[in-house]
Formats: sequence, C-alpha cells, structure tokens
Amino acid sequence: MKVGVIVFPGSNCDRDMFHVLSDVFHFDAQYFWHEKSLPKNIDAVVLPGGFSYGDRLRAGVIAAHSPIIKDVRKLAEKGIPILGVCNGFQILVESGLLPGVLLKNESLNFMCEWTNLSVENNKTPFTKKFKLNQKIPIPIANGEGRYFVDDETLKELKKKNQIVFRYTDKVNGSLNQIAGVCNDDGNVVGMMPHPERAVEKEINPIDHKPSSLIFESLISSLGVKK
Amino acid sequence: MSNYEVHVIIENKPGISDPEGETILNDLVLKGNEKDIAKIKTGKMLKFSVSAKDKNSAKSRVEKICDELRIYNPMVSKVTINVIEL
Repeated sequence: MKVGVIVFPGSNCDRDMFHVLSDVFHFDAQYFWHEKSLPKNIDAVVLPGGFSYGDRLRAGVIAAHSPIIKDVRKLAEKGIPILGVCNGFQILVESGLLPGVLLKNESLNFMCEWTNLSVENNKTPFTKKFKLNQKIPIPIANGEGRYFVDDETLKELKKKNQIVFRYTDKVNGSLNQIAGVCNDDGNVVGMMPHPERAVEKEINPIDHKPSSLIFESLISSLGVKK
Repeated sequence: MSNYEVHVIIENKPGISDPEGETILNDLVLKGNEKDIAKIKTGKMLKFSVSAKDKNSAKSRVEKICDELRIYNPMVSKVTINVIEL
C-alpha cells in the first residue's frame, strides 16, 4: 500500500507523518516533493502539517498552486483517499478540493494544546472504524485554524454529511466547532488536529487508540488485512 | 504605456469577525479615551506596479490576477481595488 506524503517548502510534520505511516502502521510511505508528479498507482495521499511558504499571503494559498496539486486533484476525482492535516487541510481548502476556509484563531494566538474531537461522519476512508460520536483526544497546533463557511455552504455540508470532526468544546471560534470536513464523495478529508502526534502511547498522555483508528480506517478502506 | 500603482485592499466581509481589529479598538484605541471611534477593521494591502495602456486595463489586469490566483479568498474576503497613475 503506497501512501504519498507531499513535501512543500515549509512542511514540518512530513517526517512525523512518514514515521507513523511506515513504522506504526506499516504502509509503504514515500515522500513526494511538491514540484514532482504523483504515480498513478498510488493508494492514498497525505498532505502533512507545517508552514508551507511561511504562511505568506494566507496559510496554504501559495502551496495550493504547486504543480503536484494537479495530480492530487486527478487522484481525488478518481476516489483515492486523500488526507490533509493542519497546513495540509489549509492547502486543500485553498485549492478548492474542500469547501470553506481557515481563518486566524479567534484568540489570534498560535494554539498548541490537547483537544477532544467527536466523530460526526464515520463513512469516510479515514473514519470508517469509528463509532459515530466517538471521542478522540488529539492535539492541535495552529494559528489559522478557525473553520468558516457561508450559511449556504454550511447547509450543504450538513445535508451531505460533510462535517467529519467537531471539537467537543469551543476551541478557536470555528463555526459549529468544525475541526474537519470532507468533499462531496467523502474521499478527501481535511482536519486541523494532528493524528500523527497522537497515535503512539509514548507521546499521548490520554489515549492513543482513538487517533490510531484514523490510520486503521485507511488500512481497512484499502482492503488490506492487518 | 503608462505606469500605475494598483492598490488591492483585502478585508473580511461584513459579518465575519475580525479579532485583530477588535483588539486594536478595545485594548488600545478605546483605552486611550478615543470614545468616538466605533469600529476598526484590519486588512491587507498589496501594491502592484503595473504598466498598462490606461487606468482601466491596469485595474482589470490586476483583478484577473487576484481572481485566478486566489490572492483573496472569495468566501470571506471583500476586495477593493484602487488605481493611481504615477
């Protein structure tokens, strides 16, 4: 199972993601520099967190014009599972692959803390092993993480079950406490919290098992027995 | 061809909170006894130096760039474009 980890100038969670994919969940993870193309036979793609292009102009907007995004778009249309974490989520919204926008946190602070999520959609390739409303203790680390959409889009998101994760508490002013969404088909998922920082018990003081289900869901979606 | 400076002002649409502006108002300006100030909005300004045949074409060129490259996010941003002839 080949999983591509895209590296942009300024990505800084690419190695954590690579480590978790390959060492914890035994995927065949490969890095792809943003100027390269993605192979057609790739099984899943992850856009990791970081500060692509130093968040200049707006988080994610410059990386959204990277050559590799054309390939991500093609794979997304083919139904390949694509996960964007933190800056990866920001890149997916700025490239139009996911709806909405991530604004500066209400506090204007860079927030680095543990949060609790609730799973609102357990039909995506990254959430199918969860029970609905299952809780996930997971850290966030961002300055621009306040999810926003206009009223009309919010109605659409609700109708089409595109809200994947919500914070259980008010965290950063995100509309409806949204922490993650998916596209219409459900194969492209973006989330602000960092699952790659939460799946190992050595670095998760609360419970590493719920976050692990994100990657185990992917394993199950790709049809591989553990 | 003449030279123009095209100013692109990007701010949040009305109704979308601007915590930076609110902080500047509440924690700086109003604390300085400036009670007549009702609101402060922050934004971002980009200045494009453009050579074009006239003011309108300078403006439309920059408008096109801003739309195509998503210089502003149409979901949340209001954009104002002013052209100054140099």
